[in-house]
Amino acid sequence: MKVITANFVTCAVKECKTSPASFPLHFNDAELEQQELDFQPEFIRNILPRIDWEALRTISNELGFPSLPESKPEEEALNNEQTLKDLHRLLLETHVTEGKLTCGNCGHSYMIKEGIANFLLPSHLV
Amino acid sequence: MSRPEDILPPDLFYNDNESRKYTKSSRIRNIQASMTSRALELLDLKSPSFILDLGCGSGLSGEMLSEVEHEDGGPHTWIGMDISPSMLDVALQREVEGDLFLADIGQGVPFRPGTFDAAISISAIQWLCNAESSDVSPEGRLRRFFEGLYASLRRGGRAVCQFYPKNDVQRSMISGAAIKAGFGAGILEDDPGTKSSKLYLVLTVGGGGLPGDITGVVNGMDDVSVLDARRKATEINNARGPPRKGDKAWILNKKEQMAKKGKVVKASSRYTGRKRRIAF
Repeated sequence: MKVITANFVTCAVKECKTSPASFPLHFNDAELEQQELDFQPEFIRNILPRIDWEALRTISNELGFPSLPESKPEEEALNNEQTLKDLHRLLLETHVTEGKLTCGNCGHSYMIKEGIANFLLPSHLV
Repeated sequence: MSRPEDILPPDLFYNDNESRKYTKSSRIRNIQASMTSRALELLDLKSPSFILDLGCGSGLSGEMLSEVEHEDGGPHTWIGMDISPSMLDVALQREVEGDLFLADIGQGVPFRPGTFDAAISISAIQWLCNAESSDVSPEGRLRRFFEGLYASLRRGGRAVCQFYPKNDVQRSMISGAAIKAGFGAGILEDDPGTKSSKLYLVLTVGGGGLPGDITGVVNGMDDVSVLDARRKATEINNARGPPRKGDKAWILNKKEQMAKKGKVVKASSRYTGRKRRIAF
């Protein structure tokens, strides 16, 4: 699972939809892997306004990365190729291959195996 | 030909063997490729986008999203969801670029509001018309799916779902559920009336970036004719009009209302609401 995905996925349990604690999901026992991918500045510029920066800071902390700047890179910073490359590396090239995602509201854990997160819910939680 | 939907639930039907056969068959690959390119044409994406692939299977359609050339607005980044572990296993072996989720789209779409630029689904959503246990219903699954999808698309986003309905009931059940969730919906049919006819449910959120209504999606495409069922329906309604005060329909309606309130109402007969002859 890419870090960018972790910035968008929420808890699938119905009761958690209304709770702010259900996002972001928290990583436990994560194993990381780096996979090369072509650099696409346009995509990063397109997706950046939709990224929840606070959540990204939390996630990158949990994964043990050096802390990110306080605020989201804005206008001029988006022309800086190095900033975009760093974001590309973090968002698209970093994968969580094994571990758990836990909801802060209901405490449900979603297993990640070989990079695939299991979001199937037992019927009583749907 | 028998439908896989009638045999087993999707997670059991697409077992290791079936998933491998499905992905290797050059016939299926060709059909999937042509449907994916048609769907991409309908989505009309101009820049590298974030796409959700519903029922991604072994990543046949997703692969094409990653391969869109730079001149055509690609390559796109995608997330795939599928309920069959075996299919996802094949996708892993093929090293597709998208992120994969083992999830049931009938349980909803677990993403933040406004996450995706577009969504694509190839031959998947007809599976939602089957309920595998007594505590879920096809209507409920379709509702959760479309509501989740609607929320997870950004305003102006589009979704294209190619599907194989079993009959007209399923077809209208699926499109009706999409409209109820708030989508602007239209159905594009390729090669209608033939054995290889393909249905695409085209959905827009907040107008889908179109100046007019949903029929604007096919503007500028060759060999597409627009059949507007809505216009016909409103015309029929207008022709009849609402019942006027004093006519038979109005009287019957009033009598029914009164009967419901528990009042004693004279029985209706063929003389009800008729004009009396002018008496001398």
